[in-house]
Amino acid sequence: MRTVKIKFKSTLAGFLTGAVNGLFGGGGGMVAVPLLKNLLGYSEKRSHATAILVIAPVCAASAVIYIISGYLRADVVIPAAVGAVAGGFIGAKLLGVLPEFIVNIIFIAAMLAAGARMLF
Amino acid sequence: MSFIIFLAVGFVSGLLGGMGMGGGTILIPVLTIFTGVEQHVAQATNLIAFLPMAAISLSVHKDGGLIEGGNVLYLIIPALITSVLGGFAAAFLPGDVLRKLFGVFLIVLGIKGLFTLKLTPSKQASSKGGK
Repeated sequence: MRTVKIKFKSTLAGFLTGAVNGLFGGGGGMVAVPLLKNLLGYSEKRSHATAILVIAPVCAASAVIYIISGYLRADVVIPAAVGAVAGGFIGAKLLGVLPEFIVNIIFIAAMLAAGARMLF
Repeated sequence: MSFIIFLAVGFVSGLLGGMGMGGGTILIPVLTIFTGVEQHVAQATNLIAFLPMAAISLSVHKDGGLIEGGNVLYLIIPALITSVLGGFAAAFLPGDVLRKLFGVFLIVLGIKGLFTLKLTPSKQASSKGGK
């Protein structure tokens, strides 16, 4: 009975993560991590690792839809991907070095400002 | 010139992604607000730019034993289905509508972030001993 419940919750979390990531072309991790933590009771680290495992194939699948719809621009994608890999390495090293609370506040402020800018 | 700008934008989003925050939620708005890239193109860029990074971090996590099989297919299969449907929905929507929806999404995430911030003000103590 318990495993049925976990499977149901996992399916629900998967549906939500995929829908957000497909529609917005990202943000799936922001949805998946809290779902895995709160709904499935995963630890913080395991939530992050599992979220990437779920989102990687999901990104690939929806990327195909965007590409066949004509939204691929190699001149944007290539430098952005190279930059993202380089930044990802340094970001992982900075984790635990910079005060997380401050970084979170800056990140939240940036999201709110960008959100407002896009809305109006 | 634009190559360097897109490289820098990718770098900043990768930095945040590497720190465990949503890199894509920054890459997409920065691309559209500061470089004038169309919303759909920004979203497609994020999806593809995430893939090499994801492959690298997955291999790291796999070595650390953090990835377990088990129920993960119950997450991945429904997520694949809705991600394709979501992609079609995005392709169908006009760019300015999608942009506004994305703005709402960011504001919701930001407000949610404010609430979780209050609950866990000193998380760095527990996450510091990572290795």
